This record gives sequence, structure tokens and C-alpha cells, in this order.
Amino acid sequence: MIEPAIIETSFDVYAIRQQFPVLNREVKGKPLVYFDNAATTQKPQVVIDALVNYYTGYNANIHRGIHTLAEEATAAFEATRDAIKEFVNAESREQIIFTKGTTEGINLVAQTWGRQNIQAGDEIIISNMEHHSNIVPWYILCQEKGAVLKVIPISDEGELDMEAFEKLLSPKTKLVSVVHVSNALGTINPVKTIIEKAHQVGALALVDGAQSTVHLDIDVQALGCDFFVFSSHKLYGPTGMGALYGKKDILEAMPVYQGGGEMIKEVYFDNIIYNDLPYKYEAGTPNIADAIAFKSALDFTKGIGKENIRQHENELLAYATAQLEAIPGLRIIGQAKQKISVISFVIDNVHPQDIGILLDNRGIAVRTGNHCAQPLMDRLCIRGTTRASFAMYNTKEEVDVLIAGLQKAIKLLA
Amino acid sequence: MRENQSIEAIEQEIVEEFSLFDSWDDKYEYIIDLGKKLAPLEDVHKKDENKVRGCQSTVWLVADYQEGKVMYKADSDAIIVKGLISMLIRVLSGQTPDAIINTRLDFINEIGMMGHLAQTRSNGLLAMVKQMKNYALAYKVKDASLNN
Ligand SMILES: Cc1ncc(COP(=O)(O)O)c(C=O)c1O
Repeated sequence: MIEPAIIETSFDVYAIRQQFPVLNREVKGKPLVYFDNAATTQKPQVVIDALVNYYTGYNANIHRGIHTLAEEATAAFEATRDAIKEFVNAESREQIIFTKGTTEGINLVAQTWGRQNIQAGDEIIISNMEHHSNIVPWYILCQEKGAVLKVIPISDEGELDMEAFEKLLSPKTKLVSVVHVSNALGTINPVKTIIEKAHQVGALALVDGAQSTVHLDIDVQALGCDFFVFSSHKLYGPTGMGALYGKKDILEAMPVYQGGGEMIKEVYFDNIIYNDLPYKYEAGTPNIADAIAFKSALDFTKGIGKENIRQHENELLAYATAQLEAIPGLRIIGQAKQKISVISFVIDNVHPQDIGILLDNRGIAVRTGNHCAQPLMDRLCIRGTTRASFAMYNTKEEVDVLIAGLQKAIKLLA
Repeated sequence: MRENQSIEAIEQEIVEEFSLFDSWDDKYEYIIDLGKKLAPLEDVHKKDENKVRGCQSTVWLVADYQEGKVMYKADSDAIIVKGLISMLIRVLSGQTPDAIINTRLDFINEIGMMGHLAQTRSNGLLAMVKQMKNYALAYKVKDASLNN
């Protein structure tokens, strides 16, 4: 007997948890409490099913075959492009390029647009709170071209110093590349203003949306950014999959990234005609299964409603923040006024690694260390933090488990 | 006497001590206690060339050679790593270079710490074992060249 589906009208975290199989497992004999969502989120059953269904039902290479399986696979793959277009409100589907993730998106822009447009003496502006993925590609490009990397300073609270940013801007600025939401602090940056200011001096703007897309509504047209990059795995989708959005005229003018496969139209030994957007930037057989399953993740999130998810996560953030602040010797790192559900903290005389090991021993997954943002840690004069980051399936009871675990750990370590 | 105990005998001792614990909580409490008791390394030794490079926590390691035995001192800024180091020092310090080079340190596995060592690998603990063996190898080579 199949029970009729119960339509959820309001946000029910316990019903949502049922759809994430991994949340049923135990770690070290205790129920898993997964608070490492900023690193990667867990996957709902529909996403897992999409992967299995592709491989069991219609595995085929896309775009080339004329047989049924190839057509089904191509349709499903391209349907994800449409879903992403809608998800970020892009003008057209051609502007959505599949990538391995945020990191590849940034490298793609650095190696194509960057190589073509950056010259000696030009300036690229990033911020002091960037993930290494939004530092290294620009560092490499600047080294290669003799360009200069400039850094927007931040306040002790973990907010960008916007006055200092404006002083950095000049006609030499060719690109401003900033993180939308900090993975280490949770800070939501005023990217719309940053993009406008960048455009005023004739520079382009790239937004690293790795952490923002899962929490905020993204509208690339309203933002006005030239590039927007993000990863599927931080959005309840599979790993090794992501997207780059770019303005059409810029994408069309950029040189190709990698060669081979779908990115060409005609090949002669003395002449090659490249394919049109978006295929121009998609060399080789792509990650078909994961691209297809990514759509299931987007549909799933949409079904629950981002507004509902955000409200739930904000409640968790407020609840956890209040309890953490009550722990003597604990200091929350990142006190921005605009924050998403990420809490980083340090405890007097206690190493984050010790906290991480002892929490893991109670089944609690957190992240410890520098969060791939070493310059940020240097700026804040800390060696690293313990970070708890919340997703739609986390509960207040889990926060209580974290707090109890922390108190035990501190007692042991003190 | 402690100095005459073989690596295997000390390892056996540790394994027996750990067999008394019912839970991981107790094991960690014990390891943390060892960490707290390990004499801190003098600041002069806490320099870059004595660092065993790791990602999250820092380990400093120095060695000395006295009458055919290698003596180690080490420290870390993280207490659990320090407790584990304390056990390594207990097992390896005061042994001959040959014994150190050849030991497999099976006790790590037997006390159930392997997962935890692997987990902290990037934090320099396995690198620490390697560095301890490197010191032993260096002293052995030095001995050989003196005897020739
Ligand atoms: C802000 C930010 N940028 C970039 C990345 C890199 O994302 P990916 O590893 O999916 O390429 C991350 C992931 O941790 C991130 O948090």
C-alpha cells in the first residue's frame, strides 16, 4: 500500500530530515550531528535517486548520439542548465557554463578573460576574507602578467572596509573579485554596491557565490555582476559540479579555455571554428550524471522554499549564538551585522583541533582550522577557528548537543 | 629499570593501560592528561627548523644523542597531539638508532588510535614518527662514519 503523499504547507524540519539518509547514521556510537554544511551539504534521497536513475536507466554520452538514450541524457543535462538559469535569474541559458565548481569557474575566468585583458600595471582587487580559490588564480595571473593584486581590508568585526575599497579603485582597476558570503565568518558582503563602484571605474566584477547561493536569493541581473560562480555540492547537490554565469557579450569575446569535444564546431589542421555559447567553454565529456542530479537538488530546495529555509537557519543561528556567547572564554569570530548561518569561534587557551577531535568523539561534525582563508586568519591574529555551519535539516536539539559537547570538551581541556 | 626496556615491552605496557578504559571518553581524558604532563619544550627550541610541518597544529621536535641512545623532546600547541607525542617519546626515547629505525609501532593500532592518527595526519603526527626515525638514521650514519 502506498500512502497518499502528505503535502507539507509549513516548514517541518523532522519531515525534511527523513529525506536525508545519512542523517540516520551514527558516529562513534552517537547519532550524527552534522554541522559542517559550509564545507559541503548532505544530499537528499531525490538527488541520490537522480544519480542512480541516470546510470541504471539512460547512461549515454550527450549532444552527439541520435539514439534514444543519448537524447534522454542530453535533455536531462540541458534541463539543468535551464534550472540554473532560473535559479540565478540569468538573461539566457547560453550564459550558464557548467564547471566542476566555484574554483574552476574562477580559474576559467582568470585563464580566459584574464589572460586576454590583463596587462602589466593593471590592478585586480580582492578582499582580505577571500577563500584561497579566489586568491590563488588571481595571484597566478598577476605574476604572469606583471599586474598588481590589491586587497580590501576588513574590520575586526569581519566587515569589508568600504571606504578603503573606494580608495583602492582607479582607472587601473580591471577586475574586482569578491566573495558574496564569507565561508569562515558568515559575513554577507554588499556586493551590489561593490559591483556598481567597480563599474564606475570601468572594471568588471566577479562574485564568488559558493556560500551565498544556498542561503540567499540570487538575481544576477539585479546584482549587475559580470561573472557569478558557485558549486552544486554546497546546495544539496553532487560534488564536482557547478556553474559560471557571465554577461553574454563578455563570454562571447573571451578566448576559449580548454580544447576538445563539444567546444568546437569545425576542425581543420589549419583552422578551427569554435562552438557557440555555452558549449564554447565545455570541453570534453562533462560530468553528466552529477549535472542531471544537480537539478533535483535545485528543485528540492525550491519545493521547500528558500524563504522558509532561511527563516529556520536564522533561528538556529540566533539560538546557537546566544548559547555560545554564554560559555566563558568563548569568543565568536565574525560579528557582522549581516550574517548567514555560520558561526566561527575560538576558546581561550584551547586549540581548535582539540575541540574538533573531542566533538567528533560525540558524533558532532564541525570544521576546525583556517577554512582555506589563511590571510583572513592572519588578519584576525588567530591560528584558526572552530566552525559550526547550519543547513535546512539541523535542529535546536542538535545545537543543544553541540553546546553540551563543547562544555564537556572545555572541561577536559582546561 | 626503564632504560633497559625494549620498545616492544613499553608498547605492551601502553596497550595494557589502554585496555582498562571502557570508553573513548576515558581514553581521551588519559591522553589529554599525558599532554598536560609532558614537560614543555624550552622556547629556544621552538624555532622554525624544529617544526614538523602540519596544517592545523604545530609540533616541535628536537633530538639528542647520548651513549648510543636517542633522546627526544617535543611539544605541540594542541593538547591531544601533545598527549600522543608523549606516548611516542615514552616508547622511542632512550632507544638505540637501530631499534627506532626498525620498529613498526604496532601499539598505535592496538590501542585503537590508528583512525585518530590518520585523521590528524595532516597535522604532523605521522610526519612526527617519520622525523623521529630520521633523527635515528642520522645518528646511526654518524656513528658508522666515526667507527670507520
Ligand atoms: C567562499 C568559497 N569560495 C570558494 C570555494 C571553493 O568551492 P569548490 O571547492 O566547490 O570549488 C568555497 C568552498 O569551500 C568557498 O567557501
